[in-house]
Amino acid sequence: MATATSVPTAAGPAGEPGTTPARRRRSWRSLPIVHQLRQSVGLQRGMLVAGLVLMGVFLLTALFAPLLAPYEYGQLRDAEGLFGAQQPPSGDHLLGTTVGGYDVLSRVIWGSRTALYVIVVAVLLSIVAGVLLGLVSGYFGGWLDRVLVVIADAIYAFPALLLAIIVAIVISGGQSSLWGGIMAAAISITVVFIPQYFRVIRAETVRIKAEAFVESARVIGASNRRIMLRHVLRNATRTLPLILTLNASEAILTLAGLGFLGFGIQPTAAAEWGYDLQQSLSDVTSGIWWTSLFPGLAIVLVVLGLTLVGESLNDLADPRLRTRRRVADQEPAEEGEVAAVPGGALTAGPAGVGGLEVTAAGGRPGNPASAGATGAEPAEGQVAGPDVTGQDGGGTRS
Amino acid sequence: MTTTTTEPTGSTADPVGAPDPAPRRRRKGSGGLGSYLLVRFLLIFPTIFILVTTVFFLMRATGDPITAALGGRLPADQLAERVREAGYDRPLMTQYLEYLGNLVQGDFGTTLSDRRPVLEVLTTFGIATLELTVYALIVAFIVGIPLGMLAAYFRDRFPDAVLRVFAILCYATPVFFAGLLLKLVFASGLGWLPVAGRASTGTEIELQFLESPTGFYLIDALQTGDWDVISDVLEHAVLPAIALGLLTAGIFLRLVRTNVIGTLGTGYVEAARSRGVAESRLLRKHAYRPALIPIITVIGLQIAILLVGAVLTETTFEWKGLGFQLAEYLQARDFVAVQGIVVLLAVIVAVTNFIVDIIAALIDPRVRY
Repeated sequence: MATATSVPTAAGPAGEPGTTPARRRRSWRSLPIVHQLRQSVGLQRGMLVAGLVLMGVFLLTALFAPLLAPYEYGQLRDAEGLFGAQQPPSGDHLLGTTVGGYDVLSRVIWGSRTALYVIVVAVLLSIVAGVLLGLVSGYFGGWLDRVLVVIADAIYAFPALLLAIIVAIVISGGQSSLWGGIMAAAISITVVFIPQYFRVIRAETVRIKAEAFVESARVIGASNRRIMLRHVLRNATRTLPLILTLNASEAILTLAGLGFLGFGIQPTAAAEWGYDLQQSLSDVTSGIWWTSLFPGLAIVLVVLGLTLVGESLNDLADPRLRTRRRVADQEPAEEGEVAAVPGGALTAGPAGVGGLEVTAAGGRPGNPASAGATGAEPAEGQVAGPDVTGQDGGGTRS
Repeated sequence: MTTTTTEPTGSTADPVGAPDPAPRRRRKGSGGLGSYLLVRFLLIFPTIFILVTTVFFLMRATGDPITAALGGRLPADQLAERVREAGYDRPLMTQYLEYLGNLVQGDFGTTLSDRRPVLEVLTTFGIATLELTVYALIVAFIVGIPLGMLAAYFRDRFPDAVLRVFAILCYATPVFFAGLLLKLVFASGLGWLPVAGRASTGTEIELQFLESPTGFYLIDALQTGDWDVISDVLEHAVLPAIALGLLTAGIFLRLVRTNVIGTLGTGYVEAARSRGVAESRLLRKHAYRPALIPIITVIGLQIAILLVGAVLTETTFEWKGLGFQLAEYLQARDFVAVQGIVVLLAVIVAVTNFIVDIIAALIDPRVRY
């Protein structure tokens, strides 16, 4: 959460009207992922790119599942008759068939679609609920705030999968159609995630509430609703992409865990990796590897992709962990590149857009490229030393 | 959970912390350990109360457990009879108060499928889960801490990259898939280790004839003094312990790495460095210990993850502990048992968090608030 605390007064005075045009002008460069991609270097960029590629493959597979999969997820026979159970990989079934007689490859591909549904529903629901609650709780404070915090902390400490099991029982009684199963998994995951969004947004709200620009908005008579939505919420969402990716990966793991414990979606309703893994438990003992390996790998790759992106965002947001360009290593051409993209380099401070505003408001003279260079990389021939922390912060704040 | 890696004060620390931590700490921190312990102890009760209440009303939101378990299998009048006998037709508030009353007296209910008190299920199978968790923690410490320090030492160089990808892989692999892979390779593939269970049948029988079996198989095996028994128990434990341990090891690795890097940047390490202390010695003597404190607080959060992991690992390896039992009850739609086990596990997590916070407060005075 270092990001939450590292931008004290920065975002302040320039707050609303001043920055809107600036933000629009460099819109695509300050988009969450794009911005970090430009900011990253070396290993960190590699991890981020690898994660994004994995996520892209996952998304494409999910979107084009009907085209990619050779069979339907619930298909047991084709024109030549039944597929047969536990057939090893062959020309007809590239990854073999399961103990239930389904085609493994088709189920792995279709499973990505189920996973995507669950992620989208779960993340949307928990963001809406968590952000709303966090905003209200942090903004108004008082007894409501205290009660909500205690409840959120209690649920946060609760083992996620167990809570998900309970909610799945409530929603579907354990037996599931496609959307019944997806909603059960998604809502049970949502319940677990709301406290996380709640905590982050609340902490940010409490911090931003004390800022001068909120105070001045109140003085000119803006309504609570307007202040919350326009002034606070916009500035409080900085950490959301990070939590979002991490939660998406947890959503997949929870869905798979539910499926593995027998709360998955029925094989005739949709393909689900956790369920397939549960079915393959007995196969493993007799040395049949293809039924468990591929659905498991699918989970690992998707979670890996999401985690790599989330980790990179986390590190990039934390000045202590962010790798800096080694000035000594830099080719002249590269320096040219830095200068050419003031937006990317400038916003590299922990504040993101906030950093931009400081520089603008602080009236740092002229050339944005030089400002960007000092703000983002302390130019001291520093070999990515950990001791740059203070300088980085100072650079942004001064 | 992963979002909290850099949060030094862990779960119970005030999430607002940011605005004015310093003055508040000075004011209240000196108030003493005693009041902190008391406040922290009293905080357990609302936590447990909220969990119990949430679970109770969620479980009853859709009907009573008997209909859930037997619905469709019994004629309607018999079903209604059973429901009335068990008292599930009374007003919800009455049931809730009775349930709370029973809980206070340590009565977690009786399972529907095999008519055993839930508390007995816990004491019988809980020890097996404890054994697995202990093994897993040992694996996590052995793997996670040294590798984390190594990663910090080689920061942003090749070994660091490999180790970080390893850590993420540990985290990204569901425990049950890790378990399945280990089984495929080492059990059914190479045949080095047993496929499932806590011990082979012969050993289990032998252990049951002990005078005072603890249920902790390794301790029992040591009591027999029979090397075959001991090695049998250990062989069965290896794969589950690795499967579950790696999950936590990945988290430890990342945490140690982050914190060691943070500590290496602090003033006193800088001072030591300027005195000419070697980098490896800085790591071993100066940065290492303060970097471990956050681990203690994070273990509190880890317990929740470990318990969930144990549920899945036990199912994978037919390790007859609480998680295995929970999965069985889920399959049998025995929701009284499920509710009982879930509530008990939640209580365990809350109490462990409390203990961990106390330890953290004893070690690091800054933790108090």
